Parts: sequence; C-alpha cells; structure tokens
Amino acid sequence: MRPSFMLGLILSLLALAAALVSLVWTPHDVAALSIAEKLKPPSPMHWLGTDHFGRDIASMLMAGARTSIAVALVAVGIGMGAGVPLGLLAAARTGTLTDEVVMRGNDLIFAFPSLVIAILITAVFGPSAVNAIIAIGIFNIPVFARVARGGALGLWTLDFIRAAEVAGKGRTRISAEHILPNILNLLIVQGTIQFSLGVLAEAGLSYVGLGAQPPTPSWGRMLAEAQTMVTLAPHVAIFPGLAIVLTVLGLNLLGDGLRDRLDPRLGRGP
Amino acid sequence: MSLLSVRDLAVTIGAAPILSGVSLDIDAGEVFGLVGESGSGKSMTALSLMGLLPEGARASGRVEYLGQNLLTLSERALTGLRGREIGMIFQEPMTALNPMKTIGDQVAETLVIHRAAGGAQARAVARERLARVGLPEDRFPLSLYPHELSGGQRQRVAIAMAIALRPRLLVADEPTTALDVTTQAQILDLLKGLAHDEGMALMLITHDLAVVAQMADRVAVMQAGRIVEAGATGDVFRRRSHPYTRSLLAAAGHRPARRRQALRDMLLSVEGAVREYMLPRPSAFAAHPRLRAVDGVSLTIRRGESLGLVGESGCGKSTLSRAILGLDPLQGGAIRLDGQAVTAGHRMPRALRAKMQVVFQDPYGSFDPRHRVERLVAEPFHLTGRPGDVRARVAAALEEVGLSAADMGKYIHEFSGGQRQRIAIARALIIRPDLIVLDEAVSALDLRVRAQVLDLLAGLQESHGLAYLFISHDLSVVRNITDRVLVMRRGRIVEEGGTEEVFAAPQDDYTRRLIAATPVIPAHLKEPDDAEPR
Repeated sequence: MRPSFMLGLILSLLALAAALVSLVWTPHDVAALSIAEKLKPPSPMHWLGTDHFGRDIASMLMAGARTSIAVALVAVGIGMGAGVPLGLLAAARTGTLTDEVVMRGNDLIFAFPSLVIAILITAVFGPSAVNAIIAIGIFNIPVFARVARGGALGLWTLDFIRAAEVAGKGRTRISAEHILPNILNLLIVQGTIQFSLGVLAEAGLSYVGLGAQPPTPSWGRMLAEAQTMVTLAPHVAIFPGLAIVLTVLGLNLLGDGLRDRLDPRLGRGP
Repeated sequence: MSLLSVRDLAVTIGAAPILSGVSLDIDAGEVFGLVGESGSGKSMTALSLMGLLPEGARASGRVEYLGQNLLTLSERALTGLRGREIGMIFQEPMTALNPMKTIGDQVAETLVIHRAAGGAQARAVARERLARVGLPEDRFPLSLYPHELSGGQRQRVAIAMAIALRPRLLVADEPTTALDVTTQAQILDLLKGLAHDEGMALMLITHDLAVVAQMADRVAVMQAGRIVEAGATGDVFRRRSHPYTRSLLAAAGHRPARRRQALRDMLLSVEGAVREYMLPRPSAFAAHPRLRAVDGVSLTIRRGESLGLVGESGCGKSTLSRAILGLDPLQGGAIRLDGQAVTAGHRMPRALRAKMQVVFQDPYGSFDPRHRVERLVAEPFHLTGRPGDVRARVAAALEEVGLSAADMGKYIHEFSGGQRQRIAIARALIIRPDLIVLDEAVSALDLRVRAQVLDLLAGLQESHGLAYLFISHDLSVVRNITDRVLVMRRGRIVEEGGTEEVFAAPQDDYTRRLIAATPVIPAHLKEPDDAEPR
C-alpha cells in the first residue's frame, strides 16, 4: 500500500468520522452563542478556538463535515444514478440515434459552466442545501455517463459479451450482468474524485451564501463569515480552510490510489 | 569466433528462475532458429541479448558479442550497439511503429540517432532500405503514415528500420505470427534474402516448427527456460534425442483420430448470404459507401459433419459466422438452422438459438473475469431455462472436457490458455447443441495443447453427433479436423470440396497460393531417423 494512498484513506476516514460523531456528540453545542467567549484562540476548553459569536469552531467543523459529506454524497448519487444507466444505454446502442441523443445531451450539460448554473438554480429556487445538491448532482450526470460509456465500449468488443449474446441475453441484461460489474472500478474511482469536487462545490456555494442556510453549519459559510476578521483572529478562517483542503486532498489521493489498485491492467484479479 | 556466444545465461525475476544455463552460438550470416512454446523463455533470451530485460530481472552468465560481454556493458554503450550492431523486430507490426510519424522519418531516425547520417542523407538511405524490403518509391513514398499500410507492409517498415544500419545480427521475435500465410511467406523470403545478401546473422524466434524447418541453418529447442536440444536443423528434426522435441514434432503433425460420421439430414443451410457494412462518409453530405463483407455465400452443414472455412484476415469469415450465430442481420439471402430461419436479435426464438453454440479464439477475452466458472459454464441455460441440477450438469460438462468438478468455484484467471479453451467448449456443450461454431478456436494455443484440444473436439463430435463449423486461417489445422472445406476470399467462396481433394488438387488459383504459402515441415525432416522412437 503506497503512503499517499494511506494518507488519503486516513484523511477521508477522518472527515467521515467527524461527520458521524457529530450526529451524537460535539465538544460544545454548535448553536450555542456566547459573545463573552468570542474570537478566543485555541485552548483546552475550545480546541480550535471560537468564532465571532463565541461558537466552538471544532464543533462547527464536525457538524460542517456532515453537511459537506451529505451534499457531496447525494450529488454523486444523483450523478451515478442517472449517468451510469445513460452511459450503459449509449454504449449498448452505439452508433444509433439513442447513443447520439444521450451523448449530445451530455455534451450540452457539459457546455454550461457548472458553478454559474448552480448559482442560477439557487438564485431562482432560493438558496438551500437541497438546491445545492441538485445543482451539483446534475453536473455529475455527464461525467458518469461518459466514464460508463467509455469503459463499456471497450468491453462490448470482447468475446465474452459475444458468448452472452449467443446465450440469448439481451443488451439490457448484458449491460447489467457483464458490463456494469466490469466497469465498477472505473466508477468507484470517478466517484471518489466527483465526491471531492462535490465537497469543493458545496463550500463554494455556501461561501457565496447559496448553499446551506444558517443555522446549518457549513465550512464554506464559516470561511465567508471569517474573512472580515482574518487579521484580527486568523484561526477562525484557517481551520475551516484547512478542513476543506485536507478533505479534498485526502479524497483525491484516495481516488488516485484506488485507480492504481483497481486497474485490471495491473494484473490483480477480482 | 562466432558472432554471438551465450554461455550459461541465467535470468531470474525475484526468486523465480526464468532462464537457466542457456548457451548458444550464432555465426555471422547464419539463420539461427529458437523454438519453444509460450513461456519457454524464447523472448526473454532475445531481450537479454539486447539488454532490454524488464525491471527487476537479473541476468548472470556471459553474452559475448564479438568478444564483448553485453551483460556488463553500460546502458550508454548498449544504446550504441542496439540498432547499429544488433537490430530487432517484433511480433506485432500494428504497435511497433509510431502512428504519428511517417515511415520515412522512422527509418531515418535510426540513422540519425546513431549519427550515421544527417537529414537528407538519412532520408536517402531510408528510401533505399525501404526499397530493399519491397516498398518501392513509386507506390510507397516516405511521407506515408503507418495507418496507410497493411500489416505485412508495416512489418516490412519495421524490418527496414532494423536493417537501416546493416547490423550484423538481426533478432526477429515471432516476426510473422500476426500475419496471414501468404504475407508470412513473403516476409520470411525477405528475411532469408536479407541474411543471405547482406551477410547478416538472423536469430529467428518462433513457435512454428515448420517455419524453422524451412528457414534455419541451426536450431535450438527451448523448454521451461532451458535449451533442451540444439544443432543443425536437419539433425535436430531427424534425431529428436530429447523427448520434448519428439512431443513437439508429434504435436505439429498431429491428426486426431476421427471416424467419419454417417452423414444425416441437413442441419444448417446458408443461401446467398449478403452482409454489408456502411463505411464513414467521405465528406459531410456524401452517401455512406458500402463494404460487402459477405457477398452471396452459400453453404450447407449436415448433422455430424465438420465443415472447414478458411481464408485470410478480412475475407469475411468472422462476419459470416456472426450472421450464422444470429448476432448480425443479413442484407440478403437466408440462413436456416434445422429448417427454421435464423434472424438477428430478439426475434430469433430461444429454442432455435439453443441449437448452436460458439467457441472463440481468445482464451483470455472469452470469459467475464468477475464470474466463477460455474456461472460462466451455466450461462447458455439462459436459452433453455435453468434445470434443477445446474451444478451437476456443470460438473459433468467440465469432466467431459477433461477438467474436474472442483474447478467450478474458481475464477477464470486461475486457468491456463488451454484449460480456458476447454472451459469454453464445456460452456458450448452444456445445452447439447447440434452445431458448434469454432471461430479460430485453437489458433492461440501452443502446439501440444492444440493437439489435445483437437483430440477432445474429435472425441466429442463422435460421442454427441455434433456438427462443427471450423473457421480458421490455419490450413494445416483445418486439414486435420474437417470433412469438407470452403475457401473464402473477399466475401466470396472461391473453392469448395472434400478436404483431402481440395488440399491434394486445389482448383482455384487463390487456394493454390494459400496452400503453397503454408509452411510445412519438409518430408525428409518429418520422419525420425529411427522410425521407432526410443
């Protein structure tokens, strides 16, 4: 196991653990305001210090991880849930009108600048975590459709698919039974990478105020609220920034490591 | 002094020995054949001569080129030698050339790298070398790209690159394995001519005994990383002092014992089959040009009969087999199996599909790597409905092809190529079809494994009354396993008849050329000195 993969795994698990633990326990109440305690530097009482309302930053980061991960997870789910079947369909009907319509539709979505559209969606339907999820999720669809189609096209030329056809299996059945399990590794790797992009996108939307609304904690909004106080109390901005950077870095390392480990060309069988 | 002298060469990768005690000598201007089955260490031997062993491999012993030990030479000194003194050509002409560079640049590159010539002069030499390998200027300008050439022409370019600096030794690793027989004959002729005209030694690595018999002055037989027998070609072929050599030669000429089946009623009939492909439009609004891959083919197979279909790559034999299997629609003509029309896709009744199965060429791509053997072999039950005793039937099918019921729980990567082909046959047999299409089913197998699989096929035909459609580019295999043979060329059947009659007295020009080009072990080398093997 390579060190970078190890590091990625640890960082990703850390973010996940923080999110899960925050469901039942945080060092302090996330919503509890205490103006007297505002902008305190890290101390045994407040591990990562407090923000301008005196809220405990460590607790807010843990709860914020929950928001980030939930948004990214559902967004990847939307992307996979719609993108993979579309990609498989396009590959099974390659060269036909279906293929053209599906893939050109994907190109169309790709052609829009994703964050600008996300901003548009939240601007029209109102800012909320749900709208952020939908906005990010839609742009995951063409990514997964392309990965699924690309992987599937290579498989469709192989003899074991021919054998399945001779055994009378239809294209849908072959896609589900033979193609999907064999492109799963590609999808897992892409999923990890889209997940990190989802975390980043959620932070970005929250930063401009279009993501999760108060009092739901969010890393992006913590950054936004901290920016006026950077010179006064740098830790208020540094810790949420660090949380975003380390989580995204961890997920990317994890994705790269998984790619190396799951790549069938490296000779490791199932 | 010999040009190249290898003494006690041993190569290990990690703890695994790859080569051990390999010794051989190659004299200037001779053709030296190195034969063996896959995994015997032929290619590793060649790579160690060039200092191109893979990462992690350790070589010991001596490889002396004109008295210089190549194993201790620095990488810099080796690069000076490669291409200039020792040239190399590989098996796969499709990937041996850089698709982004013209053939002229690629041949000239060798000269420029070794500072033998600059720009214009290098191109002039490249021109001359390409002409020497049979690519004359008027038809093959230097500005062509590899994709504009056929496989045989690409291999010629690869040879021109290898001989650009007139090396004294040319190492050819399976140079014709990926080529059609008629092309193979031309390339072998060319190599032999080059060795003769330029006084260049040729180390010819191949699995094909017939090629070695025709080409080599001396031959070494490799098995499991060792040279088991070496000497003048005639001596090795006649003496056969090592049992491995004997078994190889026996396998090369192996004829499965077949009892001619009583010909019964008609099973498959193809009448005037036409299959066209649409090619890409030449310009945005032009009509799609059409390619007739199968052009009015008619054939019949009776129950219990073996029909051979031979032809070179691109002749349409695989397209025809896809149509027969009901995978692709026809644009004209009709296919009837057991009296019912074969149609492509869902419209074809499952019961009809269940009457035929297929075995493919590639033992590696024929199985879903993520399923266990039990599920792989049981796949055709999709056509007939799953019986209650699937496991027992899979076990029986595996035993029928010489594997054990315990293999059911394994994944496909745990099996060798020959075993995989047996599993493919088990998969085809399990629903008791009437017809099995064997699409180059033994082409990827080693000689001895091939002989075993052919025996198995012959035995199964007898016990189950199967009919085979045996599709192959290898005439010698087809000759040994079929009753009747069709010769296909450019989508048409050019000759048809009883296998022995066609091979003994071919009527068509093309058939004659095919048969003449197929390498055979010369008659005087076929029989051992002492007729009774010791």
